Amino acid sequence: MDLLAKLEILADAAKYDASCASSGTDKRSSIGRDGAVKPGIGSSEGMGICHAYAPDGRCISLLKILLTNSCLYDCVYCINRASSNVRRARFSVDDVVRLTLGFYRRNCIEGLFLSSGIIRSPDYTMEQVVAVARTLRVEHGFRGYIHLKTIPDADPALLDEAGRWADRLSINVELPTQEALQSYAPEKDLPGIRRSMGRMRLAIDAARERTVPGRAKPPRFAPAGQSTQVIVGADASTDRTILSMSNTLYAGYGLRRVYYSAFSPIPDASAALPLAPAPLLREHRLYQADWLLRFYGFGIDEIATEAGGNLALGMDPKLAWALANRQHFPLDVNTAPREMLLRVPGLGTKGVDRLLVARRSRRLRLDDLVRLRLPVARIAPFVIALDHRPLGDPASAALGRRLAPRAEQLSLL
Amino acid sequence: MRSIVLAHEVDHDGWRQAVRGLIAAQVPPEQVTWSVEAPDDLFAADAAPPTDASAPAFSLSRHLVDLSQTVLQAREPARFALLYGLVWRATHGERAIAGDLADPSVARARQLAQNVARDTHKMRAFLRFREIDDGEGVRHLAWFEPEHYIVEANAGFFIRRFAAMRFSILTPYRTLHWDGTAPSFGPGARAADIPGDDAMAEYWETYFRSIFNPARLKRSAMLSEMPRKYWRNMPETAAIAELIREAPRRAEAMVAAGASAPRPNPPRAAPRPAAADPSRASDLATLAAEAQGCRNCPLWQPATQTVFGEGPGDATVMLVGEQPGDQEDLAGRPFVGPAGQLLDRALIEAGIARDTLYVTNAVKHFKFTPRGKRRIHAKPEAPEITACAPWLARERSLVAPRTLVMMGATAARAILGRPVTISRERGRPIPLDDGSTGWVTVHPSYLLRLPDEAAKAREYAAFVTDLRRAVAEREDVLS
Repeated sequence: MDLLAKLEILADAAKYDASCASSGTDKRSSIGRDGAVKPGIGSSEGMGICHAYAPDGRCISLLKILLTNSCLYDCVYCINRASSNVRRARFSVDDVVRLTLGFYRRNCIEGLFLSSGIIRSPDYTMEQVVAVARTLRVEHGFRGYIHLKTIPDADPALLDEAGRWADRLSINVELPTQEALQSYAPEKDLPGIRRSMGRMRLAIDAARERTVPGRAKPPRFAPAGQSTQVIVGADASTDRTILSMSNTLYAGYGLRRVYYSAFSPIPDASAALPLAPAPLLREHRLYQADWLLRFYGFGIDEIATEAGGNLALGMDPKLAWALANRQHFPLDVNTAPREMLLRVPGLGTKGVDRLLVARRSRRLRLDDLVRLRLPVARIAPFVIALDHRPLGDPASAALGRRLAPRAEQLSLL
Repeated sequence: MRSIVLAHEVDHDGWRQAVRGLIAAQVPPEQVTWSVEAPDDLFAADAAPPTDASAPAFSLSRHLVDLSQTVLQAREPARFALLYGLVWRATHGERAIAGDLADPSVARARQLAQNVARDTHKMRAFLRFREIDDGEGVRHLAWFEPEHYIVEANAGFFIRRFAAMRFSILTPYRTLHWDGTAPSFGPGARAADIPGDDAMAEYWETYFRSIFNPARLKRSAMLSEMPRKYWRNMPETAAIAELIREAPRRAEAMVAAGASAPRPNPPRAAPRPAAADPSRASDLATLAAEAQGCRNCPLWQPATQTVFGEGPGDATVMLVGEQPGDQEDLAGRPFVGPAGQLLDRALIEAGIARDTLYVTNAVKHFKFTPRGKRRIHAKPEAPEITACAPWLARERSLVAPRTLVMMGATAARAILGRPVTISRERGRPIPLDDGSTGWVTVHPSYLLRLPDEAAKAREYAAFVTDLRRAVAEREDVLS
């Protein structure tokens, strides 16, 4: 099979992994401190770069491929499961290295995201994945971004080496509970996944600690941290169950991100699965809720209040909370504390920060909010400014109708 | 009226020098007009210095200097006057002007800066090199059409990334060449100046097509991040029209095809070991392995792993704590976190080698409440202690220690089977029903929680005394 045909199969097989982040790693340059050109290629400057967008709206930052789509595991939601009839292919280590460097030199990518089906054994598979990263870093002086998928239960020595070459490591939990995994991914083992995540957290923390004089510097380990992904809508788990899982994972393993991937139909599907896709809007609501939990000071019990345990699709969770908790509003933009401003529908963390800087210089009016590029029409019902007070207190239902996205926007999906 | 004529659009030095002269001469902004000598010819001879070149420099806030450097790159004729206006105000009583985000001029400048930053970012993202042989070897060429005057300021990014490559970036107003030593800039070029796609373009387009998921078409999300004006620089965008056209059909076909028959005789992974039963194991290692699968209470669900006891199987002293904490849960070993480090210190002070002890916990999963990026310890309840009791009982019978030190109320309750007040029962031997001797003391994490330094020192000393006495009494018995 020629390289082009392999690329087609092994990129297609990798597209169900949502992560494509290339940000937050340590800074690297091909120019030394003395101004001399270093051998090798690449740089990273902290900010991720999306080099293209596919028509599914997803960022293409990394060359995201599988080393092989052959797999011993039979996870029903996965196109690469053992019992699927999909065409199989396998890259050699050299194939992946050539493609990565070729695309990188043309400025098509920030680096590589390499995953693999499990072949022979977890250790064997992990060793192959690590070999690609080692070759890129050691033989080619590659300073671009590398994200490696870690195989649970692989030898800890292989995990350590993966952390040495990679910027980010990840293991996908895929489903939020052990019961769901048992029925949909019988070879996957939640405790095994957690053990690996725990080991990675300890290594990431150790590598990040400041060096103590007289003590050996801890080895480099995944400076861009670890992440995971969960599939939404393949099983019956509710949003509340999924968000509780995320909460536990963020607290326990310091994950940079939990990615939510709405189950979408795959060719050659298993009979055990729903054939229709989960609504993309559900995935979007989960991301909104995840952000509220991490950056806006909300608790799960404030967000996942719907009977049945799922987030409302028709309204974003912050607006839903604000309408249900009208007693906190209106807030005065000139005096309200940051943590309350973060609860105003339409104000994001950056908007709130701009607002806080601006009000040091002047008492804010509505026109000032426009100049701060804040969505004034959206926030006006919830805030007081020097020349503005919301008119009366419209009933939540009426306000909800006015502020919720229009129906035709929903049908877009 | 003063008329300032800059040499060209990116004549930042000329602007800076003019501003120095204008401030020195106290010329207010409304009396200055700004223009550019030769907007289309960047290599026109530099105009004569518009003002006194020896005018003194003055200091501005870092914030305003950074803002100016970015805004000067904007394709906006009014930018020179806008920035001079801000500099004037900063030097006339409004030093912190750049932080007044709601001021109309500051807001305008910040908007221009944001446009420049976005264009800069998109150039780094969407520029594509192709590979040619220019007679001296491999050279990488790119054509890009920036919206603003960003090539000079952006050169460093490409050099830091591709320093070992020889490359040229061509744009309508400026050309950047890099040959491994220093950047050089030349006049603008035309798209036709660079050759067509190279051999790798086919691979990249194949990747672009294959990574797209037709079941989740989101055309507007793509367009908002990758507007059409950038497409002509990107060979892969040739595939977009067809991908969008075919997507609904492909997605429907997947649903319509329904489930497929599984592949005959697929490869199989080795099965996992069966569930745990504390009564079966005949040695500690097997017992520990079996405890990994324990589901006797719900604590296993959010926890990472069972944290089993650790130490020699023939230890004469067993230390029992409450439950693993955050670090123990991650590492899978007892007493390795802050409480464990305190215990280690106390043991050294008491003259006891930790590696002669068997150290374990009454409850073997970490009970916690997630809060943000941390897990807050939660006290185990009676049902959890009871559920975990068979494991502790098996550890005791396999190790058969002669002395058992219970650290904290949970450990004491688990061993003695009744609620225990530490202060009342510490410091004296308690005969246990298997013939061994029990001692009760505090849990080291209690010492960590004490707010008062004096109390902390006193309690720590008492803890060391308890440990020393428990071990010494045993030796007295032996001798």
